[in-house]
Amino acid sequence: MCVAIPAKIISIDGLVAEVEVGGVSRQVSLQLTPAAKKGDYVLVHAGFAINIVDETEAQETLKLFAELERLNSAANLD
Amino acid sequence: MKFIDEYRDNEKARLLLQEIYQQAKQPVRLMEVCGTHTVAIARFGLRKLLPQNIELVSGPGCPVCVTSQRDLDKAIAMAQLPRTIIATFGDMMRVPGSNSTLTEERATGRKVRVVYSPLDALQAAQENLDHKVIFLGVGFETTAPTVAATLLAARQKDIKNFEVLSLHKTIPYALKSLLNLGEIKLNGFLLPGHVSTIIGSQPYEFLAREYGLACVISGFEPVDILQSILLLLRQINMGQPQVEIQYRRGVRPEGNGQAQKIMRQVFEPADVEWRGLGFIPETGLKLRQEWAEFDAALKNNINLPEVAENTACRCGHVLRGVLRPTACPLFAKECNPQKPRGPCMVSSEGSCGAAFKYELSGAIK
Amino acid sequence: MEQLLNMNYQAQLSKNHKEEKILLAHGSGGELSHQLVSTFFLNAFTNPYLDPLDDMAVLKVGENRLAFTTDSYVVTPIFFPGGDIGKLAVCGTINDLAMGGATPLFLSVGFIIEEGFPFADLEKIIASMKEISMATGVKIVTGDTKVVNKGGLDQIFINTSGVGLIPPGVEVSGRNAKVGDKVIISGSIGDHGISILSSRAGLQFTTTLKSDCAPLNDLVAKMLATSLEIHSLRDPTRGGIASALNELARQAEVGIWIEEELVPIKEEVRGACELLGLDPWHLANEGKLIAIVAAPVAEKILAQMRAHPLGKEARIIGEVRAEPKGKVVLRTNLGSTRIIDMLVGEALPRIC
Repeated sequence: MCVAIPAKIISIDGLVAEVEVGGVSRQVSLQLTPAAKKGDYVLVHAGFAINIVDETEAQETLKLFAELERLNSAANLD
Repeated sequence: MKFIDEYRDNEKARLLLQEIYQQAKQPVRLMEVCGTHTVAIARFGLRKLLPQNIELVSGPGCPVCVTSQRDLDKAIAMAQLPRTIIATFGDMMRVPGSNSTLTEERATGRKVRVVYSPLDALQAAQENLDHKVIFLGVGFETTAPTVAATLLAARQKDIKNFEVLSLHKTIPYALKSLLNLGEIKLNGFLLPGHVSTIIGSQPYEFLAREYGLACVISGFEPVDILQSILLLLRQINMGQPQVEIQYRRGVRPEGNGQAQKIMRQVFEPADVEWRGLGFIPETGLKLRQEWAEFDAALKNNINLPEVAENTACRCGHVLRGVLRPTACPLFAKECNPQKPRGPCMVSSEGSCGAAFKYELSGAIK
Repeated sequence: MEQLLNMNYQAQLSKNHKEEKILLAHGSGGELSHQLVSTFFLNAFTNPYLDPLDDMAVLKVGENRLAFTTDSYVVTPIFFPGGDIGKLAVCGTINDLAMGGATPLFLSVGFIIEEGFPFADLEKIIASMKEISMATGVKIVTGDTKVVNKGGLDQIFINTSGVGLIPPGVEVSGRNAKVGDKVIISGSIGDHGISILSSRAGLQFTTTLKSDCAPLNDLVAKMLATSLEIHSLRDPTRGGIASALNELARQAEVGIWIEEELVPIKEEVRGACELLGLDPWHLANEGKLIAIVAAPVAEKILAQMRAHPLGKEARIIGEVRAEPKGKVVLRTNLGSTRIIDMLVGEALPRIC
């Protein structure tokens, strides 16, 4: 039910941000994420930022794959 | 694109699939409850890549699909009011009411406009002062806060010609209701990532505690979904059902407090009708008393005759997860994307639409 | 196609048509457009020149094969990044002729203009048309103008019809695709569709992306000079490459298999599509072509295309197989396969 896309905030004017994804930019409202700052990545849904993407968590998730890869190659060596 | 491409990587997908094959020791049935998950699974062909003993069923997670025929008829009746513009998300344009759709209404000259954001609808009200703009508020907890925020802006800008027909619904109690029907035996849930962005993980706790179901809040890229399935398998194999967040870059356990606050400011729970599930208490959102001036349901006197729902349409069963789209007698015969008999087929978000568009491929391989 | 022609015309008309009316989707180039053409126009006008339903008709006049085509342009906004309705109208018809292997020679232009339309805008549009005419050598030799009351239409509509000659030995048609052929695309998809949407009210996003609107006759001429084993050409306009590939698969009764990873898409198109929930495969292209060519000459033709300014990003993206007949299959990055359907309805932004 939710097409929401991570986009980068390139400028802010009050509660309106200009966000960019893949070279395309659009204005979105920060009413739901007033703490968002320039440079943050936000999830954009229906013209609103609904969350600030947690980059640390994103890295954690990706690290899990590296872990999986290690386990996998270890298993293959048996 | 950052935060998207890394989760479509097929090396990672392959690794996850390998691990899934290791962990899938017994038959499990998992339900996903989000139209966007339905589409992602179909679009990336995940069902065919997974081991045979993992069954993925779709639940009532497409807000368009669960909008009742009666509610659609209300929206269509409002389109027929003089000097009224209906603003809606594109998803709703082709959903059938009892004898028309918004697309067909537009073809007869009614003013129906597709918008990307409820703020665009508000702007339309400001630009068309001789008309009333009624925005169709469809969507779950991901979308409801955006509509609430739009109403706050409407009041702040003192806009007098803007109304919202709230057809919003909420997920957690609907899942409880579905389980209480006892129609289907599940081992776990793939929970909606973006609804959870707003509401957090706590509202789902009862699924693990009271029903013993494995739960993972999942993102929408193929790697997210595969990782979530793996996490579900682990919970099931270890007999430790809980609510885990796979989509950690998008969901915090407490959700988005500001969005929740704004939603509560404008909306309150209502008993509403879900297509295929009937009336479920406290699973809808209606505008609070203080926002009555923007409430399209209160301000427009729409009297609708009783119309029986199309009895041949099995969308209800599909939405409850007891019927696979391909098993419906109308599927691909009288019911197809150009002439949909029920909302599940209307566009690729519904289970049947997704199955038709992406999986009707017995001839492949 | 044959089944539809055999069905009784009256029966077809009366069956479901009592309350039926034309929808916007009938003009989108997808499934409904095809049904409209088959049910109404083909059934009524059927003849050997029309039936193949290629982008143009091939008429034998003495020793020569004359190519004849027509197209109408109703795009809004009429001015968009990278072009305007005039440029579109001239390129579009030149391209239809080129897609049949014909050398475009002459165009007619019909204008239907709304009362109150500014002269300045008309001048700009005509200047665009002249520019393309001069660049390609295709002459505008006759025309017509009508004016309707204010409100009778949205600003301006243009119809262009074109004639050309098909050189001897050239046999290009949607029906000619053979099993084993390679599928080539001349460049990135969705550029025109997205640049149009970016200028539309209510969607408004900013992009440096421009329409790819361009005349393809020179590119096609160079391709044909390299090899005559080009079996089919199609420019994927309304309905996008999904519709164009499906048309080709149906006409030739073959299966077309495409590798998702190989289809060129600009970053901005992907970004805009992700943002709005659109599918780039359904977006219009106005300066690209799909070529289905014999496998042994594919690399040679590709090289020739890449040497041309309009084919720099050309790629082989797939191949023709016997099955599934009349369908287009996509192999995803993950290795799974799925069917690509024609566009149903309009391409609408979605939240779900």
